[in-house]
Amino acid sequence: MRDDIILSLRDVKTYFPVESSREKLYVRALDGVSLDVRRGEVLGLVGESGSGKSTLAYTVMGINRLTAGSIRLDGVSLDQPYQRRPQALKRQLQIVFQDPASALNPNQTIHQILSLPLKLFRKDLRGDQLTREVVRLLEMVQLPPSFMYKAPGSIGGGERQMVCIARAMACAPAFLILDEPTSALDVSIQAKVINMLMRFRREREMTYLFITHDLSLMRNIADRIVILYLGKVCEVADTLTFFTNPLHPYTQMLLSAIPVVSEEEEALRPQRVESVGEIPSPVHIPTGCSFHLRCPFKQEICTQIDPVEREVEPGHIVRCHLCDGSAATAEQ
Amino acid sequence: MEQKYTRSIRWKDELHRKWFLFSRNKLTLVGFAIVILILLLAVFAPFLTPYADHADIFIDYANASQAPSLQHLCGTDVFGRDILTRILFSLRSALSMALLVLSIAVPVGVMLGLLAGYLRGTIVDTIIMRVTDVFLSVPPILLALAIAAVMEANMTNTMLAVTIMWWPWYCRVVYSMASSLRSENYVISAELMGASRGHILFREILPGCLSPVFTKMALDVGWVILIGATLNYVGLGVQDGAPSLGQMLSDGVSYMPEYWWMTIFPSLAIAIIILGFNLFGDGLRDALSKGDQET
Repeated sequence: MRDDIILSLRDVKTYFPVESSREKLYVRALDGVSLDVRRGEVLGLVGESGSGKSTLAYTVMGINRLTAGSIRLDGVSLDQPYQRRPQALKRQLQIVFQDPASALNPNQTIHQILSLPLKLFRKDLRGDQLTREVVRLLEMVQLPPSFMYKAPGSIGGGERQMVCIARAMACAPAFLILDEPTSALDVSIQAKVINMLMRFRREREMTYLFITHDLSLMRNIADRIVILYLGKVCEVADTLTFFTNPLHPYTQMLLSAIPVVSEEEEALRPQRVESVGEIPSPVHIPTGCSFHLRCPFKQEICTQIDPVEREVEPGHIVRCHLCDGSAATAEQ
Repeated sequence: MEQKYTRSIRWKDELHRKWFLFSRNKLTLVGFAIVILILLLAVFAPFLTPYADHADIFIDYANASQAPSLQHLCGTDVFGRDILTRILFSLRSALSMALLVLSIAVPVGVMLGLLAGYLRGTIVDTIIMRVTDVFLSVPPILLALAIAAVMEANMTNTMLAVTIMWWPWYCRVVYSMASSLRSENYVISAELMGASRGHILFREILPGCLSPVFTKMALDVGWVILIGATLNYVGLGVQDGAPSLGQMLSDGVSYMPEYWWMTIFPSLAIAIIILGFNLFGDGLRDALSKGDQET
């Protein structure tokens, strides 16, 4: 079970050319990401703005062109853009976008929007049956059937996101990417959306790649967490290890930046690592370790040599010079 | 049953709101009234005048060149034909010309623009849009004159000429809309599910491009009529006897200023038509674009 990998990324690179420059420069949005997603898990993908989280999602979906590396879903190659992927593959892999307002066609009714995947994937449905199925989808996300004939513009943001989720569910995907599905929503609605997503995953045995910058949320729902920085993986760990024994200085910095509301949470917080500076431009990535400009524990080697990923304990991967096996035990 | 009910409610609300946005501007209502009036006059022309036969070849030198009076509200021309009658009947040819030109130019322009916008950055985009540029770079009147000069100067060729210079504008309008809509998340969502190209083009992208098209059509009815009148004025598209505003103008202008009514009333008619369709089109734009912002 543990090694049942559904999605694997190998040294994935996604570069975008910088058009305005005279020399050939590239935004290195993803700069060699290797990652395995296990079947049935919720993998939290966390990072600051500009770390490449969304680029990763769009690259897996085939919206961005893959510059180098390879992506496989259940052993099937995802290296080609989505236009050239077979229909069966499109169904396996779906995405819920961050902004539900732009993800729903303002010129269509909810009925039209939800019946598209039904028409594509269940060709036997006609007329009344189709409408009944749309109603079932709406009920699944706890929206009344009367929403069917509304336009996306006349319902609330949370309700729109529910429709987006229902549309993705209508494809019955095995793998769902959630690109910050709650960050455009009110706090009161966020919990409802999250609970619903988690219920669907249990019921349908789906795998989620959950992109967010909300670490507290990840603590509650993720099985494992991946930290991305400047298009590279910093640390991968299961959620418990991640919060109790974070090893990468960047992870520690992120964790200590979470506002806490209880003493219990305060106790979990690592020793304070001050958050300094901002994420550098992905056009001019620093030499050596890409984090060294902001790292409080920086050493000579960090400015010159880019560290490699190291498995410091089973399932816990860190990409840092200071965190070889000995350092890990020292931290503990 | 209940579902049909909710659907009709939504339509009524929508229509009501659009009408509110449309009718807020009083000038728009004036334009709307003029447009309706023009349509009614054109349709019922034979019943509105006692001189219906004056719309064809007709000579009555006894009543030639009479000033406006109760018998002839806009006077008569040099052949003794009632000018008001001829204006009413010329509305028919003017409107049917606008209708014909737009019913060819709009679909052609919209389809090509949609295709080029969707395939932005490909060779298809380049070919369609460069051809469009070529057509746009030729002064429209010159092109129409050239076509009318090479071919026989009749009504069909005049309309053909006007159509050829009209479609590129629709192509451009739809191209700019479609090329920005094609990267919207909702279009990508549909593509990620594997929707067909036809669905993407006509169901996802096209509806979002239509409001400027409708607006432009309303405005263009007036402009096509003006261009048609201009071509008629220089002697193109003349059919024996059948009245056209442009030709009435060119006939009348040589009798200025003694027989002023032969020129002034057709000119007024043209001005009112253009004004009416412009006010109407402006109102339509306000109603449609404000509706879009809210959704």
